[in-house]
Amino acid sequence: MEIPYTISTRPDTGLWNAKVGIWLFLASEVMLFGGLFSAYIFLRLDAPPGIWPHGLLNVPVGTMNTAILILSSVTVVLAWASLKMRRYRAYWWYMLATISCGVIFLVVKLAYEWPQKFDHFGAYIKPEALGKYEQYLGNEYAAAKGLPPRLEITGHLHNRAALNDPKIKEYEVALDPLNAEPTNPAMDRPHFFPLPVTDKIATIEKEDVERATMFLPTHSAYFASYFTITGLHGMHVLGGVLVFIYMWLPVSKKLYQRNPEHLANRVEVSGLFWHFVDLIWIFVFPLFYLL
Amino acid sequence: MSLKAFHIVFIIFSTLLALGTGVWCIWVDLVEGAPIYLAGAIASVAAAIALIVYGVWFYRKMKRLRIIT
Repeated sequence: MEIPYTISTRPDTGLWNAKVGIWLFLASEVMLFGGLFSAYIFLRLDAPPGIWPHGLLNVPVGTMNTAILILSSVTVVLAWASLKMRRYRAYWWYMLATISCGVIFLVVKLAYEWPQKFDHFGAYIKPEALGKYEQYLGNEYAAAKGLPPRLEITGHLHNRAALNDPKIKEYEVALDPLNAEPTNPAMDRPHFFPLPVTDKIATIEKEDVERATMFLPTHSAYFASYFTITGLHGMHVLGGVLVFIYMWLPVSKKLYQRNPEHLANRVEVSGLFWHFVDLIWIFVFPLFYLL
Repeated sequence: MSLKAFHIVFIIFSTLLALGTGVWCIWVDLVEGAPIYLAGAIASVAAAIALIVYGVWFYRKMKRLRIIT
């Protein structure tokens, strides 16, 4: 049985079927991501001063990933245009470039950015114990300068077993620069170029800690939103890459030889999906990395 | 909406992002006084200009080739 309207347009819609299908799908995706973005914005607006993390993501790496995704949108549209011009060789190379961009994006995200967060530690100090850790928090200095209060000590956790072992009564943390030098004016603002962890070690007693965790979704509403949205986005990137790989393999050349317009339509539909995924990132990047 | 039209919309949003990133870099540079952000602002504006040039080139090429009416 032949599927109708894969190449020619339907008389009632004026479109071939897959294009109607992809736009209906993208409409549902707008609702999905729209809900998540709205949740993030409302969580952030409702957060008390000093609570919402800022400047914890690596802006140069995020910028590079953004550029890679924009480039991939250019190459996928050029791949489609090449098919329209019946230049299969050019199509093949542009599609390979698109796949490479998608893979690089995922590798950077999953093998570099996320693991860096999984390896970072934060301990929110109980309000009554804040004075005890003044040397790491610098709240008197912050109050004098009109800065929001600092409630968390962050850095690299030396005794990671302390997270799960109730017999270990304290956390040993190699401090981030903010907590190592809390009265240094250079630490008044977040640093978007990440600073390395210092050699200064702080010992934080567990009984003084309200909440302690690595930078996981459990750390805060910020990281819960970050991992949910970037994880969902990453799954979409992976899905797009898998589809592109299928259309890049020799099996698609057979379709091209049989009916090049059919393959061009498939590439157009997957290209629309890819553009949507990239457009989502255009909103993710400023929301999470810059603002 | 065709892929061509969506691509042009995407390039417009990318250009706005590049310009926004440039403004953000200038703002951080004014607050922190770190020259690296000024370099970031210049790079962002250059990227925005490159995207505008590419967008115009793409539109003209698609129109000339009549790939999509």
